[in-house]
Amino acid sequence: MILPKMILKNAFRRKVRTGLTILAMGIAILAFGLLRTVLSAWYAGVDASSATRLVTRNSVSLIFPLPLSYLDKIRHTSGVKQVSYGNWFGGIYISEKNFFANFAVEPKSYLELYPEFVLPEAQKADFLRDRRGFVAGKKLAERFGWHTGDIVTLKGTIYPGDWDFVLRGIYTGRTQTADETQFFFHWDYLNETLKKRYPSMADQVGFYMIGVTDPHVSADVALEVDAMFANSRAETLTETEKAFVLGFISMTEAIVMVIKIVSLVIIVIIMAVVANTMAMTTRERTGEYAVLKTLGYSGLQIGTLIAGEALVITLSGCLLGIAMTYPAARFFTTSLGAYFPVFFVEPFTVVLDLGAALLVGLVAAVIPIRQAVVIRIADGLRRIG
Amino acid sequence: MEKTSPIVEIRNVSKTYRRGSYLVPVLADITFDIAEGEFLAIMGPSGSGKSTLLNLIAGIDHADEGSIVVAGEDITSLSETELARWRSGNVGFIFQFYNLIPVLTAFENVDLPLHLTGLTKQERREHVETALSMVNLLERLDHYPGQLSGGEQQRVAIARAIVTDPTILVADEPTGDLDRKSAQDVLNLMDRLNTELGKTIIMVTHDPHAAERAHVMRHLEKGVFDS
Ligand SMILES: Nc1ncnc2c1ncn2[C@@H]1O[C@H](COP(=O)(O)OP(=O)(O)O)[C@@H](O)[C@H]1O
Ligand SMILES: [Mg+2]
Repeated sequence: MILPKMILKNAFRRKVRTGLTILAMGIAILAFGLLRTVLSAWYAGVDASSATRLVTRNSVSLIFPLPLSYLDKIRHTSGVKQVSYGNWFGGIYISEKNFFANFAVEPKSYLELYPEFVLPEAQKADFLRDRRGFVAGKKLAERFGWHTGDIVTLKGTIYPGDWDFVLRGIYTGRTQTADETQFFFHWDYLNETLKKRYPSMADQVGFYMIGVTDPHVSADVALEVDAMFANSRAETLTETEKAFVLGFISMTEAIVMVIKIVSLVIIVIIMAVVANTMAMTTRERTGEYAVLKTLGYSGLQIGTLIAGEALVITLSGCLLGIAMTYPAARFFTTSLGAYFPVFFVEPFTVVLDLGAALLVGLVAAVIPIRQAVVIRIADGLRRIG
Repeated sequence: MEKTSPIVEIRNVSKTYRRGSYLVPVLADITFDIAEGEFLAIMGPSGSGKSTLLNLIAGIDHADEGSIVVAGEDITSLSETELARWRSGNVGFIFQFYNLIPVLTAFENVDLPLHLTGLTKQERREHVETALSMVNLLERLDHYPGQLSGGEQQRVAIARAIVTDPTILVADEPTGDLDRKSAQDVLNLMDRLNTELGKTIIMVTHDPHAAERAHVMRHLEKGVFDS
């Protein structure tokens, strides 16, 4: 057919104009794709969280601890398979800008509870044997060039002083959404030291992590645990890990909203840009469209010509944008990995990109098509002379 | 000149344009016939309504009143879609500014009207080559309009106009943008189409040299023929 050929040739008739429009479209798609990826990175923690895990914390606030004595009682609640516990350590490595999450945990039960963290057997044994040992995620170890056997010193913020740890193991994530930036060490090491230096802070637990036998019993177990400690010195709040992670995220719901709005604004702006290009282009071709109509070409065929041209531009821009998104995301991972442990371009983002390009192309073509179809042939021809 | 049945019958045709708040009468109660095989020149000063009349006969504009019958078909009663189909089969257009599509080669430009027919690719190729050889441009079929002179472009346009073997050929100032030599070539070509192929040609012009090549001349003045 002659139409596809004309569409392609028309699209690249004004090389500079088309090139700039494609570039603008590419940048819009890049921005759109990166924002989408930031959003999914944000929610990656939720996706990775398990439905069979509960988190118990102080009902007043996360910063208030719970007594270690709760451990046995929780362990003997029916439906509970495994219990681990830990404290947010909040240590700083050299400088504050090197932020990463670090916890003191009961190591054996923690590793059992989190099978998505894969640790070689030999390293696991080394870690369990060494009370000053710690385990780091693969991304975190790569970020600072740590190797097993290295000594790493964290400056305590909640727990003052310099704390030395020996890297005994590097875990990898079983799935792509698993967080590979964690740093965890023996809770006993923290507690023994506190007993010597700050006895009042000892034997306190920041949170318990509970593995249940079946996702269906989660709600019952949560209720039972909280009922057990009702009216006690430290009341508890038990929720699914998902709800716990979402609790963190909801604090930043406003930011998520802003990101969504900005994504939409980007699409609307690029729509206006492409529509403007198409309006200029079709105004220049009014005479040619009139000639085609004179020869008997239908409004539908003229519309195909214009919409096709708009789609060639937006889809070219989209492919350019997608091609730029991957290296950009890689750059983000290396520079912002601490804040977004899981940062990768989901296939669905590419689908959304293509959908946006399709939408932008079609919307941008609507008004030019209307004008080209509605204009009387005699008037269109007059434009040439 | 022997008497033949009319191929175009124009009856009481009027056309008025609206410009802002007042009306501009362009054609007033025009009635005449065009015989089959005729080479008609419509002359008249600029603004007298020549193009308007030609557009009505060619079915790219609508008359306010009256009827136009071409080869037995009353085109004033056709819908926009029916009119488009009718044009593609019955009218060949030659414009003052050639109006070729610049991104298509000479071959593709001539091929353009044939895409709306049911012809196969092979049949189309034969038709296009016949039309291009008739205007003596077969060896330029790969050239784009920008690579051809004005006269050559107009000859490609003529090939495009005749490739569907239409009932009538309409030409609006076909030599208006050409030098004397190219204009002669184009007029010779139109003469041949008329005498050798028996094409009915309706040509609007205000060039006396062009008009004298026609067999019948009509003079339009302020929307009416003076005779
Ligand atoms: N679409 C239009 N709207 C308003 N006036 C028009 C339109 N088309 C033509 N006219 C007017 O009609 C008159 C005849 O135009 P036209 O048929 O093009 O004349 P010619 O071809 O003889 O020069 C002119 O005065 C012209 O300005
Ligand atoms: Mg005119």
